[in-house]
Amino acid sequence: MTAFVQQMVLGLLIGGLYGLAAAGLSLVFGVLKVLNVAHGQLIMLGGYGAFWLGALAGFDPFAALTLVIPGALAFGAVLYWTLFAWVVRASEETRVKNSLLIGFGLALALDALAVRLWTADERSITTSYAGAVVSVGGIAIPLVRLASLVLAGALIGGVHLLLARTRWGRAIRATAEDWEAALLTGIDVRRAYLLAFAIGTALAGAAGTLVSVGYSVSPSIGLEWTLKALVVVVLAGLGSMPGTFVGGLVLGLAEAAAAWGFGGPYREMVGLVLFFVVLVARPQGLFAR
Amino acid sequence: MTRPRRLALGVVVVAALAAVPRVARTDAELNFLFLVLLSTTLAQSWNIVAGYAGQVNLGHAAFFGLGALTTRTLWIGGTPVLLAMGAGALVATAFALLIGVVAFRLRGAYFAIGTLALGEILRITVGNVLAEISTLPAATIASYRLADRYYLALALAVATLAVVGALGRSRAGLGMQAIREDEEAAEASGVNALGLKLLALALSTALAGLAGGLFAYYHISYYPSHPFGPHWTFDALLITFVGGVGTLHGPVLGAIFYVLLKEYLAVRWVDFHLLIFGALFIGIVLLLPGGLVEAAARLRALAGRRAP
Repeated sequence: MTAFVQQMVLGLLIGGLYGLAAAGLSLVFGVLKVLNVAHGQLIMLGGYGAFWLGALAGFDPFAALTLVIPGALAFGAVLYWTLFAWVVRASEETRVKNSLLIGFGLALALDALAVRLWTADERSITTSYAGAVVSVGGIAIPLVRLASLVLAGALIGGVHLLLARTRWGRAIRATAEDWEAALLTGIDVRRAYLLAFAIGTALAGAAGTLVSVGYSVSPSIGLEWTLKALVVVVLAGLGSMPGTFVGGLVLGLAEAAAAWGFGGPYREMVGLVLFFVVLVARPQGLFAR
Repeated sequence: MTRPRRLALGVVVVAALAAVPRVARTDAELNFLFLVLLSTTLAQSWNIVAGYAGQVNLGHAAFFGLGALTTRTLWIGGTPVLLAMGAGALVATAFALLIGVVAFRLRGAYFAIGTLALGEILRITVGNVLAEISTLPAATIASYRLADRYYLALALAVATLAVVGALGRSRAGLGMQAIREDEEAAEASGVNALGLKLLALALSTALAGLAGGLFAYYHISYYPSHPFGPHWTFDALLITFVGGVGTLHGPVLGAIFYVLLKEYLAVRWVDFHLLIFGALFIGIVLLLPGGLVEAAARLRALAGRRAP
């Protein structure tokens, strides 16, 4: 029983990161109607950013977030201007298809680039407090992962407030709702797109940082994280940041239950199966509102 | 080029390729051409569903893998290889039709990510159930002749091109292209969209299954989950798009270019070809949706205008 609870707690802890990974993807997909399958690669880059900040400049990974997030914001803006600004000019149907292809090319190029620059080795940040654990009734909770979960929740909450309360946030939500109507009411739709994409990339960068400290990064993790994020987006639907966070926790728990019931190798399966079933049961997507 | 001239050129090229094993000095040339032929077949098979019928299937590796798994198991068990490959194609197609009825309820990007998930489900399952590496028995290795594999690859590539060439001009092929352009409009004008999409998927996966079988016949030692890896899908996608999606000769050009670049660069830089191809691919999607084929046509038009 303790082993089961232990598994579920660990599942919940990684679930927070699934939520954070999905939040960026969900924002970009919801606002730009662009499906960026290179989202996992952006997470991978964020992880390397934090890793090298630690290895070369001695940054604590949580302090590195203060540099990785602005860096990812800027990188997202550049990516938007160079690639996705072209895509959003097309009609919505071509938009999704082209973005899928662009994201795919980007994913391949970033994977290859990461192998070139940093080799295929797995890396993870080891801090002086890496092994710290709080014990609650025989259940061990690694402190770093707990902090990651809390930070993930805080970041998602922050973006939620940004979208709900600020003028720019309202512009982004209006654009997501109906970009033509938003344009008619004088909203700068292009800027809303740019902002949403940059924030989505920043969320990916933050997720990557947390992955590199509690878990590990390697050039090949991109596809895996893209799939996790997609699963959560399908489970949670678009348009709600807190919902996405809960969706991530659900996936984490479901994975832990599958690993406990059928053995570790089946951890990956449960999300994909859930994903396929939900997708087929609602072919218009849970995306459709 | 007119059709008879194109056919004549095809015959000459195939005859030259058939003569290669007699004149090749090392196995390297044969291996290189084998990879070009295998890539052509795989890319062309993907092109049927994506290029002609307009459904981006990101789980294509699943069918390549099923073909490889079935063929390998039967062939090592003593079944003649051609029969085993046929069985592989059959298994791939049967699975595709089973999945297709469900997956074709998804449109556009949802079909793409749904099939991507499906491919991964199969890869992980096979990796879990068959974790041991699959190596040919010593007796088979002793009597291994590369030329046999090469001729089979040549035959399969020619057959694939013949099938896609015939399909492109057929009523069914035109219907698929109508679906690609606008599914609602196609249905409104009497095209049976689901039926044709399933037909495209069946043809595509049968050829992918055969290609997988060829791989199982060619490769001496690999993990059973390897042919299920997503990079097989990605290879097919890149080759098709860079060559020219929805055309007959695009995937051929793409495959030559891809394998050439891959083999040439692999000597010095592992995986560097993916960086170049990824960037090239993005450029093509954004600026030149017709790929190399369109680029060649534009150049010809330009040259024609310059020199009347």
